[in-house]
Amino acid sequence: MIAVYFLLAISLVGIVFFATTGHKTDTGKINVWINSASLIATVWMAINVLNEGTILSANKVFLIDPFNVYLIVLTAFIGLTTSIFSSPYMAHERELGKLTDARLRMYYSMYQGFMLAMYLVLTTNNLGVMWVAMEGATLATVLLVSLYRTPESIEAAWKYFILCGVGIAQALFGTILLYYAAEQIGIGEDALLWSELYIHASHLNPEILEIAFVFLLIGYGTKIGLVPLHNWLPDAHSEGPTPMSAVLSGLLLNDALYAVVRNKMLVDGATHSNMAGLMMMSFGLLSFLVGALFLHRQTDIKRLFSYSSIEHMGMMTFAFGIGGALATFAALLHMTVHSLTKSAIFVTVGHAAQVAGTQKIDKIRGLIKTQPKIGWGLLIGTVSIAGFPPFGVFTSEFLVLVATMHSYPWLALLLLLGIGIAFAGLFRNIHPMVYGAKPEGQNPVKANLWPVMIHLGLVLWLGLAIPDFLANWFSEATRLIAGSAPL
Amino acid sequence: MTIENQDFYSQAILSMAALVGLMSFLMLGQGRLLRLIFIFAVQGFLLTATTALAAYSLNNPHLYISAFLTFVLKVLFIPWMLKSQVIQMNLHRDLEALKNNTLVMLGGASLMVFSYYVLHPIVQTSSAVMLNALAVSLSVVLLGMLLMISHRQAVAHVVGFMSIENGLFFAAIVSTQGMPMVVELGVAFDVLVAAVLFGIFFFHIRTSIDSLDVDQLNRLHEVDK
Repeated sequence: MIAVYFLLAISLVGIVFFATTGHKTDTGKINVWINSASLIATVWMAINVLNEGTILSANKVFLIDPFNVYLIVLTAFIGLTTSIFSSPYMAHERELGKLTDARLRMYYSMYQGFMLAMYLVLTTNNLGVMWVAMEGATLATVLLVSLYRTPESIEAAWKYFILCGVGIAQALFGTILLYYAAEQIGIGEDALLWSELYIHASHLNPEILEIAFVFLLIGYGTKIGLVPLHNWLPDAHSEGPTPMSAVLSGLLLNDALYAVVRNKMLVDGATHSNMAGLMMMSFGLLSFLVGALFLHRQTDIKRLFSYSSIEHMGMMTFAFGIGGALATFAALLHMTVHSLTKSAIFVTVGHAAQVAGTQKIDKIRGLIKTQPKIGWGLLIGTVSIAGFPPFGVFTSEFLVLVATMHSYPWLALLLLLGIGIAFAGLFRNIHPMVYGAKPEGQNPVKANLWPVMIHLGLVLWLGLAIPDFLANWFSEATRLIAGSAPL
Repeated sequence: MTIENQDFYSQAILSMAALVGLMSFLMLGQGRLLRLIFIFAVQGFLLTATTALAAYSLNNPHLYISAFLTFVLKVLFIPWMLKSQVIQMNLHRDLEALKNNTLVMLGGASLMVFSYYVLHPIVQTSSAVMLNALAVSLSVVLLGMLLMISHRQAVAHVVGFMSIENGLFFAAIVSTQGMPMVVELGVAFDVLVAAVLFGIFFFHIRTSIDSLDVDQLNRLHEVDK
């Protein structure tokens, strides 16, 4: 349990340290070290959970179970690899004169602020604190979206702020309704603790919980980027600095989905119907199809991949909505492989944009000729995210398809169609960017591609053979969410 | 349900709910920014009064802390900050021409009916007073959104945003006698940080588009044009 306090303290120290010392040449490296310390704390926590099972802290403030602990490790891991990428990337942006020391100081301080908010969302047992931390994540990142101070970035940040702020307010209303329902059965002061609510879920008033879930799904769904609440997402991803796009796509969206699933577990316990699941399925499927279609009309490389994020988050929401052991297992796996692949892609995209000096797709050409590592990284990342075997995304998408065929055969057709459309949308844009002749005046940049190789290597490994302990872990989490395990 | 049969506390809560709802409607039709901010401060004051009343009647001392926080944040700090921004940018003489004002008002009224419709199932398990209070809270949330849709000034958007918070806060006070203290402090902290960030944003938006009219924030599109 001490690991949780360590984890939160490390990020908190990071915020204060970066805010007080200001930006120096080695700040990026210190950020890497802080994130490594967080990763060690999370691995320690994971080993504890692996040995002892679910841990509830003595005062019931923190709850670590197989479901959130793997997301915590994933969060720390992507936080670390992104910080490895961010260090030379931000230094390069500083050299170009796009940023000042004062802004970098804020950037590093808020990087840790964002990590703290994410860890708090995942570890807390209190649904109210979860909301506060989720809003905190918006507040920490909103000034990072407008870090470049261009009119576009300010517009994107304003949109992000207003849409996510108003959206997430709905989730607070849902949480209040949940609290109200819990108070009626007399849980008292502990009425917002998830562990207490989960025990008493079957006594909660189903009608109030159904209304509450609508608000919770809309609220946290805004952060997941579900259509039609997704408008902030491509703007914030495309206008903010690339490391931010990587952590937004890889972590924030996942953790918002985590919040929805946690609440769904309570609602399912109370209603004994699949109402929550059906809502998630319809929102998920809509996001999946709309995201796939919009891939075809993009001119900005970061917007392209943010629509791909919408598409994949849609698929996960859909899979969690189906429920059942297989679909839930697939959704958990998909969360992992999507985060790893998408943050790797954003790393290569960031470098590709630095090579070309622009994010416009029609200006980025012949990457393999200019800088082979970036070109291949982008190509392999895209192959992986489009769901080709032998990568892990293929495995999870295949499992989602199988689960869909079992429960809702007709929807499998729509899924297949969407996967096809998304594939075409990605490759019509990626193909000319990576192949072709080297354009005039584009030179290689200093790039550290270790994070990309590690991420894609892990995704490949997950696609070929999921290690035993990880598979057991996923099935434990599945048992927790869906009531039965696939293995 | 007749209001005479209720105890004093319920009667007071119902009146407060009505007044808070009324303030949202007043904001909806207000084109002048300073008056808009003033009405927002009055709504904050009503919330403070409701919280203090709940603290007194239900003998729940921690609500006094929330009442104090609400007073400082929603009656003093945020209105003061917005007002100084408006005067600094010389926006206080402008009268924003609201398009379709009648339609917006009718829309607001239907949102209120809609809130009652949505929350009606809870009447089976709780009192009609609770239904009224929760439905008014929800409609304050929805009216806050409508305010943001119908106004073009960034300041009005912030007022709408904050009045959504007011609606949520009212719901928490009347339905559950306030959230646990740690959550309430957290929400207050978020509101404070959000208010400061809005102040920073006004500055950025004005330096970038030389105005606070958010209709001019229109460079980013879903697809290429």
